[in-house]
Amino acid sequence: MTAQPVKSLVVPAHPHPLLAPEKNEGWGKIREAYDNAREIIEQTDADVLVIYSTLWPSIIGHQIQAHPNPEWVLVDADFHDLGSIPYQFRVDTELAEAWHKANQNRGLESRKVAYDGFPIDVGSVVACKLLNPDNRLPVVICSSNVYANRAETTVLAKSCLDAINQLGRKAVAVSIMSLSNRMFTAPIQPHEDRIHSAKDDEWNLKILEFLGAGRLEDVAQLSRTIHHQIRVQKVVAFKPMWWLSSMNQHRNDLTGEVLGYEPIHGAGAAVVVLDPTSSGQGDKEYDEDSVETFAGDRDVLDEGKDSNLVEIKEQPIHSQHPELWEPTDTNTSVNSQEAPKPVGAYPHARREGNVLYLSGVGPRQPGTSQIPGGAIKDENGKAVDYDIKAQTRAVVSNIEKILNEAGASLENVVDVTTFLIDMDRDFKGYNEVWAETLGAYGPTRTTIAIKALPTPIAVEMKVVARFGDDE
Amino acid sequence: MAEGQIVAGLLAPHPPHLVYAENPPQNEPNSEGGWEQLRWGYERLRKSLEDVDYDCIVILSPHWQTYVGTHFLGLERFESLSVDPIFPNLFRFKYDVTVDVELSKAIHDQAKDDGLAVKMMENQDFRIDYGTITSCHMIRPEWDKPIVSISSNRGHAYYSVEVMQEMMIQLGKATRKAILESGKKCVIVASNSLSHRHFTTESEVPEDMSVEHISSHAMHLWDMRMIELMRSGKSQQIVNEMPEFVEQAIAESDGGALTWMLSALDMPDEPAILHGYGTIIGTGNAIMEWPSRNWRENS
Ligand SMILES: [Fe+2]
Repeated sequence: MTAQPVKSLVVPAHPHPLLAPEKNEGWGKIREAYDNAREIIEQTDADVLVIYSTLWPSIIGHQIQAHPNPEWVLVDADFHDLGSIPYQFRVDTELAEAWHKANQNRGLESRKVAYDGFPIDVGSVVACKLLNPDNRLPVVICSSNVYANRAETTVLAKSCLDAINQLGRKAVAVSIMSLSNRMFTAPIQPHEDRIHSAKDDEWNLKILEFLGAGRLEDVAQLSRTIHHQIRVQKVVAFKPMWWLSSMNQHRNDLTGEVLGYEPIHGAGAAVVVLDPTSSGQGDKEYDEDSVETFAGDRDVLDEGKDSNLVEIKEQPIHSQHPELWEPTDTNTSVNSQEAPKPVGAYPHARREGNVLYLSGVGPRQPGTSQIPGGAIKDENGKAVDYDIKAQTRAVVSNIEKILNEAGASLENVVDVTTFLIDMDRDFKGYNEVWAETLGAYGPTRTTIAIKALPTPIAVEMKVVARFGDDE
Repeated sequence: MAEGQIVAGLLAPHPPHLVYAENPPQNEPNSEGGWEQLRWGYERLRKSLEDVDYDCIVILSPHWQTYVGTHFLGLERFESLSVDPIFPNLFRFKYDVTVDVELSKAIHDQAKDDGLAVKMMENQDFRIDYGTITSCHMIRPEWDKPIVSISSNRGHAYYSVEVMQEMMIQLGKATRKAILESGKKCVIVASNSLSHRHFTTESEVPEDMSVEHISSHAMHLWDMRMIELMRSGKSQQIVNEMPEFVEQAIAESDGGALTWMLSALDMPDEPAILHGYGTIIGTGNAIMEWPSRNWRENS
C-alpha cells in the first residue's frame, strides 16, 4: 500500500493575512481562504501537517525540524512593521525521525534540527498559526535545499511517504510558496496592492486553472518554465510543486479547489486544496523520470537541466577496480559469461560431486563493471552514498546466473556467508532483500562485518549449493 | 564639528564556522578549532586596527535579506540568541548589540534623499542576522563598539547585477556622505565571502581540516583574481567584473556588500591588505583591509 496525503495544500508565505487582514481587502480574503482550508482539514481524519517550505533554504542536505516544542517570537525581515509573531508549535518528532531515516535510506543527505531558538521560517510560522491555531495537529517541517534539483526533490517526497506509511500517519501535505513572487521593491500603502504585472497575473491564473482541475503533475513539469517566467531568481527555485506532486504519486487527476487568489505586496498569493479523489481526467502529456533513490552530489552548474541521477550512479568506475581476470578453467569449474569477471585467478564456481562451491559474489555487472545502487566511494576515494538494497539484489542476481550456468537455481543454495563493510548502516536493507530473495528458500546464513572488499562494493556473498541426485 | 572619517574598509567573511572554531563563551557548541588560516587572518586584522581610533562599525550583510528596499536597524540595543538556520549545529550565539541609531538614521535619511527605497527597522523582537553577528565578532570580539547594520537589498534578484550595483554605488555614496557629516570615525564592513560553492555534505567532525579545500579549480582562479584586483587597488575593475564573478563563482557579493563598501571608500586606487585567505566548506574567503586612514596623509 502506498500512502498519499489526505489533502494537499498550496498556501502563501507572507505575514499579511495573519498580522494585517483588516488593512486590505485581498489580505482579508486570503485570511478567509486560510480559515476555509483549516476547516477542510478539521473535517478529515488527518493526524499531522507535513510542511515543505520554500522560505527555509538549506545547504547540507535536507533539514527536518525535530524540536518537540519550538518556541520563539518571529519578526519578518521585510515586514517587521506589521508586528511580531509569537509562536509555539507541537512537532511530530516520531515522524521527523522516520522521515530523516527514510531520507538516508534513499540516499539523501538528511539532518534533524532540534535547537532552542532555531529560526523557523516565516512561511511555516504563518501557515501553522493559520491552519492549526490551537496546535490540534502536530507538524513536521522540512527545508528546501538550494542545490536540490527535481530528482532530489522527488526522492525527498518519496522518503516522506515511506515514513508516513511506516507509521500509518494520515498527513496533510502543505507547500508554502508564492505563485509569482515579484514584490514591489519599495514600500506601498495597503490600498495600492495589486499583482505586480499583467504577465505575472496571467501566469498565476494559468497555474490556478491547472490546480483547480487537479492537474498537479502538469504544474510540476512546468516548474522550470514558471520559475523563469514569474519568479524572482531567489536561491530557492520553484521546487515545491515537484515535492507536492511526488507526494501525490505524480498524479494529474486530483480534485482541486482554489480557495483564494490575491496580491500580497505584488506577489501572487493563493490558497489551493487538492484532494486525492480522482477527477476522472487529466491525462499527462509527457513524463519525467520518477527517481527512486538519490545517488549523491551533482553538478550544480547544470541548473535547469536535471542530470539523470540513475545514469550518474551507474557510470563505469574502472579506475577504482583491480584488474579483471578471465575465470580459471579446469574440468570441474563452472564459469558464466553472464557473471562479472573475477578480480584474480579463480573460477566463478567449482563442482565437487553434487556440491557447488561459488567464489565470493558481489554486485558488479559484467562488461561495464557498473555497481547497481552506486559505488561506496568516488574516484578520489571519497565516501559517497549507495543503496545497499540495490547492491544486495544485484549480488543475488549474479549468484543466480552462476547457479543457472551449472544447471542449478536459488532453490539449491544450502549455506551462505555474507560480508558487509558496514553492519550498522546496511544490515537492515540487506536483510530485507534477503528475506525477499534467498531467504525464501531457507539456506543457513552467517553475516559478518569486514573492513573492505577488493572493489568499491558494500556486500559480497559466499555460497554453497547442492544439486542433482546424491551419488 | 570635525569632519567624520572612514578609517578602514573591510572585506570580512561571516561563515559561522569561524566563531564556532574560536569557542567564545557566547556560542553554545564546542569545537576543537579549525580554519586557522582564516582565524589567524582575523587576528592580523584585529592587530592592524588595534591602535586605530574609531566610533562605530557600519556593516552590510547578505543575510538580512530585504526585498522591499534597504533597511537599517533603528533601535539602540538588541539582545537575543542567533541560531544559524543552515549550520545550527555550529552557531547558537547569545548576542548583545548596541546600535548607533543616530548614524543609522543619518545614512537612512541621506539614502532616502538620494532616491533609494529605505526603511528603519524598529521592532524590538527583531533578530539580527548571523552574518552581521559573525563578522562583527571576528572583527571586534569585545563588542564594545556600536554598529550600524544595513540590510541586503535583493536588487540583483529583481533586476540584474548591474542594476544592483547602481543601487549599491548610490547607497555607498550616501553612506560616505552621512559618515563624513556625522563627525564620526567608522570602519565599514562588507560581510562577504568570495567564491561561494559549498560542499553539500559535512564531515562528522565539522572542523576536520583534512577535508577542507576549495570546491573547484575554477573557484580558486576566481578567488585569486579578485584578491589580486583588490591588492592592486583596481576597485573599478572589480565592479566591472562583478556580474561575471557573481554568475561564475556563485558569489554572495550579489547581495551588494562589496560594491557598497568600495563605493563608500570612493572607489579607491590604493591597494588593500590581504590578512588571510582560506576555504570554508568549499567556499573561498579572504580577509582584506583598505586602510583609508593612511591614504590622506600620504597624498
Ligand atoms: Fe553567507
